[in-house]
Order: sequence, then C-alpha cells, then structure tokens
Amino acid sequence: MESCNCIEPQWPADELLMKYQYISDFFIALAYFSIPLELIYFVKKSAVFPYRWVLVQFGAFIVLCGATHLINLWTFTMHSRTVAVVMTTAKVLTAVVSCATALMLVHIIPDLLSVKTRELFLKNKAAELDREMGLIRTQEETGRHVRMLTHEIRSTLDRHTILKTTLVELGRTLGLEECALWMPTRTGLELQLSYTLRQQNPVGYTVPIHLPVINQVFSSSRAVKISPNCPVARLRPLSGKYVPGEVVAVRVPLLHLSNFQINDWPELSTKRYALMVLMLPSDSARQWHGHQLELVEVVADQVAVALSHAAILEESMRARDLLMDQNVALDLARREAETAIRARNDFLAVMNHEMRTPMHAIIALSSLLQETELTPEQRLMVETILKSSNLLATLINDVLDVSRLEDGSLQLDLGIFNLCAVFREVLNLIKPIASVKKLHVSLNLAPDLPEYAIGDEKRLMQTILNVVGNAVKFTKEGSISITAFVAKSESLRDSRAPEFFPVPSDNHFYLRVQVKDSGSGISTQDIPKLFTKFAQTQSTATRNSGGSGLGLAICKRFVNLMEGHIWIESEGLGKGCTAIFTVKLGIPERLNESKLPLMPKVSSNHGQTSFSGLKVLVMDENGVSRMVTKGLLVHLGFEVTMVSSSDECLHVVSHEHKVVLMDVCVPGMDGYEIAVQIHEKFTKSHERPLIVALTGNTDKVTKENCMRVGMDGVILKPVSLDKMRSVLSDLLEHRFFRGHIEMKNIGD
Amino acid sequence: MDVVKLQKQLVDYRASLYHEAFLDEQFTQLQELQDENNPDFVVEVVSLFFEDSERLLNELAKALEQQSIDFKRVDAHVHQLKGSSSSIGAQRVQKVCITFRNYCEEQNVEGCLKCLQQVKHEYSLVKTKLETMFKLQQQILAAGGSIPM
Repeated sequence: MESCNCIEPQWPADELLMKYQYISDFFIALAYFSIPLELIYFVKKSAVFPYRWVLVQFGAFIVLCGATHLINLWTFTMHSRTVAVVMTTAKVLTAVVSCATALMLVHIIPDLLSVKTRELFLKNKAAELDREMGLIRTQEETGRHVRMLTHEIRSTLDRHTILKTTLVELGRTLGLEECALWMPTRTGLELQLSYTLRQQNPVGYTVPIHLPVINQVFSSSRAVKISPNCPVARLRPLSGKYVPGEVVAVRVPLLHLSNFQINDWPELSTKRYALMVLMLPSDSARQWHGHQLELVEVVADQVAVALSHAAILEESMRARDLLMDQNVALDLARREAETAIRARNDFLAVMNHEMRTPMHAIIALSSLLQETELTPEQRLMVETILKSSNLLATLINDVLDVSRLEDGSLQLDLGIFNLCAVFREVLNLIKPIASVKKLHVSLNLAPDLPEYAIGDEKRLMQTILNVVGNAVKFTKEGSISITAFVAKSESLRDSRAPEFFPVPSDNHFYLRVQVKDSGSGISTQDIPKLFTKFAQTQSTATRNSGGSGLGLAICKRFVNLMEGHIWIESEGLGKGCTAIFTVKLGIPERLNESKLPLMPKVSSNHGQTSFSGLKVLVMDENGVSRMVTKGLLVHLGFEVTMVSSSDECLHVVSHEHKVVLMDVCVPGMDGYEIAVQIHEKFTKSHERPLIVALTGNTDKVTKENCMRVGMDGVILKPVSLDKMRSVLSDLLEHRFFRGHIEMKNIGD
Repeated sequence: MDVVKLQKQLVDYRASLYHEAFLDEQFTQLQELQDENNPDFVVEVVSLFFEDSERLLNELAKALEQQSIDFKRVDAHVHQLKGSSSSIGAQRVQKVCITFRNYCEEQNVEGCLKCLQQVKHEYSLVKTKLETMFKLQQQILAAGGSIPM
C-alpha cells in the first residue's frame, strides 16, 4: 500500500494546525490583494499624489506577496510540480520586488516625514493668523464702539448727560466694574468725585489734587495704569477675597471754564483737568490692552470737546437771558422816558396856552388903547408898554423854546431886517434903565456894517438885549459901550475859541458885537459856569438881581444856531467885563428899495392902509367864529364872502378874491387839502388869492403842514383887530416878497 | 331910572364879568367891531352863539347816552363848542371844553359826562349873565342914554 489513490485520512491532530494556516494564508492573500485595490481607488480619488512610481512598486510588492500566500494554499496538499514552479517564481519575484521597495523606502520616508513637518508648520501659521484675525476684529469692534460712544456723547449738549453717557458707554464697551470722574473743585485744590457708574449718589469724596499719582496722570496725555490702592481708585469697600482689577486713569482737559479762579497755581499751566478712573472687574484676570487704552484716551478727548461745547452753550444761554432782561429793562425805561416826554409836552402845551392868554389881554388892550385919544406922552408910554409886552411874549415863547432848543428842534426864522435899527431899538430899550442907574451907554456901529442883513431878527435882538441887559445889571456905576463891526478872518480866530473856524463868503458875513462894561467883573473860575443853565455866581451883588439864570444859556444856544460863538472876558472881580459874540448873517442880494420891508416888526403899525373894496373869502365851519371873523374884516373895510365847507370854498373862490382865510383846525375837514387845490386851480401866482390859515395851535406840526401846502400866513386864534389888520396889510403889501422870505409866522 | 346910575351899573357889571373870567378880551374885540354900520353886531353874534351851543349840547347829551359812544363825534361837537365860545370870549366855557376834549381823547366816559355837566352849568351861567347885561343895555337905551364902552 504505497502511492495509491486511497482515501485521504481524516484530519489528524496536526492537521488542525495546517487548517489554520490554510485559512490564514487565504485571508492574508485576500488582504494583500485588496490593499492595492484600495490604494488605487483612493489615489484615483485624490488629486495630488506625487509618488506614483512608489505606489506601483508597493503595489507590485503587495500583489506578489499576496500571490505567494495564495499559491501557498495549494501547497498544503499534494501538489504538482507546476504549482511548485509557480510558487518558486512568485517567491523569487516577491523577494526581488521587496528588496527594491525596501531600498526605495530609504529615500522616500524622509521626504514623507518632511511633508508632515511642513504640514504642522502650516497649521501653526494658520492658527496664528486666526488669532490675529481675531485681534483685528476686536479692534474694529472697538473702533465702532468709540464712534458710537462719540456719537452718544456729542448728541447732547447737556453737561451731565454727556458725562453720564460717557461713563455708561465706556463701562459697557470695556466691561468695567467701575468708572468714575473726578472734577476739580471751585478752589482748584481738590478733586471731587462727581460721577460714577455704579454708585448712585457719589457723596462728596474729595482728594487733594497734589498727590503724585494724580500729577503723573495729569502730566501725560496718555492713559496711565495706576495702583488700585490709591485714593482715587478706592471707591468701593474692598471685598477682600479677590484681587482688585487693574485700574487706569486718564486726564480730561476742561476747556473754557469761566467760574474757576486761577489763584495759586503758577507752576501748572492754566489748563484744568478732570480725572477719569476706570477699573476692570476685580475677579477676572483681564488686563488692559493697548487698544483699550487708546480707546480710553480718544474718549477722554471727545469728552473734553463735548464739555467745552456744553460750557459755551451754557454761557451763550446765560448771555442771552441777560440780554433779554436788559431788553425788558430798557424797554421799560424807554416807555417811562416816553411817558415823561409826553407829560412834559402836555404840560408845555397847556402852559403855552395859559401863558399866552394874559399876554394877549395885555397886547390887545394896549393896542386898543393906542387907538384912543392920547397925549403924546401917553402915546409914548403905551408904545413902550406894547413893545415891552411883545418882547415879553417873545421871551415866553423862548422859555418854552428852551425845551425845544434841547431837542434841537428850534429853527431860526430868517428874514431881511434892518441891522442898525435893531441896535437902535436895543439902545432905546436900555436907555431908561441905564439913565436911572446913571450909567452912560454908547453905541458904536462900524461904517462898513451893512444896513440890511438876513437872519433871525427877533432872536438876534434878544441876544443883544440879554448881553447888554446883563452889562447894565451888573454895573453900579460907569459906562457901557456897545461896538459892532464886521469881523475879518484874522480877527475871527480867537484864542478863546480854538475850535471855531469861521469862513466868510460872498453871501454871508460875520457880525461881531462887543459889550464892555465897567462893573463888578467876574472871577476867572466863574467864567465857564456862566453859560450853564440856572447857574449863577454867588457874589453878593447878584443875589438880589433876580432872573432865572437862563439868559446866557439861551443866548449861547441862539448864537450857536447862528453858527457863531459867544464868550465873556474879564480881568477879575471889580475890573469890569466884556462880552463878545460873533454870529453869521446873510447879505441880502440885489437890494432894491421898493422891495424892502418898510418897517421893523416891533413898532406899531398905524395902519392907514385902506382895504376898502378888497374881496376876501372866509371859510369856517363854526358859525359863531365865522361871524366874528366876518365882523372883523367888515370893520376893516373888506368885502367878505362866507362859506362853511371846503366844497363851497372851491366852488366860490375866484381870482377876484385877494385873500382866503380858512380855519384849519377843524377835525375832519382838511384845510390843507383845499390850499393845495387852490394852488392847482390858479396856476399864475399873481392871480391866486393869498391863503391864510386860522388856527388855535401854533405847534411845529401845524406850521409845517401850512408851509408844506403853500400857505402864505398863519394866524393864531383868537384874533385881535390889530393883528388882523397888520397881518393882512403886511401880506398884501409884500405880495412880491413871497419868493424871497419864508412864510411869516405872525402868530403873536 | 337914572341913566347915569344905569350906566354905572352896566360898567360895573361888565367889569365883574371880566373879573370873574366869564368873558375875556375877545368879547372886547367884538364890542370894538360894533359901529354905526353894524349896530347890533354883538347881540347878533351872541344870539347865534346861544343857538349853536344849545344845539351842540343836545347833540352831546344824545351822543353820550348811546351804548357804544362814538368819541370822534363827541370830540367834533366839543371842538365846535370850543371854537364858538372862544370866538365870543366865553372863557370859562372854553376852558371846560379843553378838559372835555382831553377826556374824549382818553375815551373816559365818566370824565366826559362830568364835563358835559360842567359845560352845561357854565353855559347857563354865561347865558344868564349876558342876558342880564343886554337887558341893562336895553334899559339904558330906552331911558335915552348911550352905551358906555
């Protein structure tokens, strides 16, 4: 029983081992074959694999190993020679490839390892970049916070809101435990806790400002880390257990503060600072980072700016309130002044009337007296009474005018007058008094003095009379000399009046009048007071001389109005004095005898002018006064037509009427309108009747209105016979003068 | 009656009127204007004044009784009255008129009413006085005398 195809024996005990080997080989072969498959599959999947050649080699190596193990399966049983050969071939090949692979790996593995290293390096780099990204993002967020903070701070102009908002926003942005603001006190010696984030009512903690830590913070514009133990940072009771968080302090410049007195700080700059203290939470391990400090500094600057704006606003509001108060006060004062002025004007208006009434009585009765039979002496006396009362009437006007002089509303009544006659009048008036005092009065008129001049005759005479009157008043014995001459340019300049530069011209000349007396004189220190109103020198001689002290003041104003200058020279008490004044007068042109006024104003008019047959028109709404006016005119010989309304007047008026007298102070009826219409109706001036206004007011407004509409005269009611006569005769005779003289005011 | 005595009475009476300010120099002017051409000038003017004033006073009373007083009208009437009284020289009436006008400007109703009463009073006084004076004058003329100036 040798080699026969006998039945295989049942597995013997070591056949089990064979079995296990068989199975293992099978699985190994399987694994070995699947590995390259996997490799190929995954390599195909991946895009990058630089070592294909290695892969192929490795694959071959694996396959062959697998093949070897696979073929091994057949060698467990009896196998033919072919199998053996195949097996051998496989093994040989495997050996070759393995060795080649092993040799190859020596080169490959370091490469592979370095790839790994690079990968690690790149990963680190990526991590770092991530971190930096994180940082940048944080910074950007911080920047956003700053902008938002700034916006919050700048969105209000109220100081408290600004500071509170700052603290709140900072606390939120930086996650602070506590944030506090210390403001310098009024004295500047201490810092007072003004605002905190968490504590509700910071109650007057103060720290002296001289602490070194504070100085350190104030001297730098950056945020400075300070110790949590310093007084400014110790705001809350320490909890003990935990380490207090880091504290940073920064200065906040306070600009434009006006309520602080800079008293004893010469060494520091005049800038004041507040202190802002920021504390991180005490149980965190957080630290202050650079960007956070920058944020704090920026915020501190913004706060400073916002505070200065708030301060400026407060200031301007205060100024505005002050202005409003002042305005109200000024308004009140103005209204009071207006009331006072109105009261004064009312008073003047009433006094105007009250003072004129007795004057009218005197003037009227004296003029009536003149009409009666008188002896020459009586006539002279009556004439003097009349002249004096006319002057007195003028004086009353001027006393009331002083107030108008103050206003500057007084204007000169210019007219042609006889200059020499004025002086002669003054002399006549003063001679009686002077002769009583046994004073000698002499008048010296220079030969080159023009006979006629243009100026305000009334006021010039008043001035001369005043000056001469003073001379007489203050002289007990001796003489008074009055000199008048035309002032030449050299003599015009006087050392006493350096600011006075008169310039004579062709149409004007300067009249210079000197009144020298040998009386009591004036001491040099009293001279400046002479021209002030109501001031009198206290020498005994003057005590009982009466007078209101207005005279020289009024004269000065008149002289000023006449563009002149007045002054008084005296060598001292008892040495007499000289009063000198210069006034500017006009030279009348083309002196033609027939056109000159025939008589000076003051002398009475014995009016033999015949008015018989002259036609006049009277317009007055009031029946009684119409009748009275008619009676007056009829008595004077006029032929009178009466109308009672403006329409009737315009209808009836014709070139036959020489004069139209109209009442203009009737409310509702516009006498001025009628005057304008009469002017329009009669274009040729010689055909037009003269227009005279009758009125109860002689105020400026009425006169201006009359002038404006081209009236020829104004008469103040009630009219005396004489007045009516003189006005009408003047107007009718001087008809041609209308172009040269301004409207005469024949009111008084 | 004795002419001379009457004349003296007239003169004294007239003087008293001036003295008590019932009349002022304007009345004298009026008398001046009376001459042979115009013998009754004064009486005519005065009668006209009486008529005018009575009319104006009635108008004033009516105007001031209204619910809403038209001060402009009142002022116009007072102005007229003032003008008339000053034309004949009734001084006291004129003075009250001035005050009346001020109240009108202020639109002070009470003041106006008070003034109206005053004006009426003064007017009636002056009217009586003038009438007495004219009666005296007529008596003198009837007795054959002439009126002293």
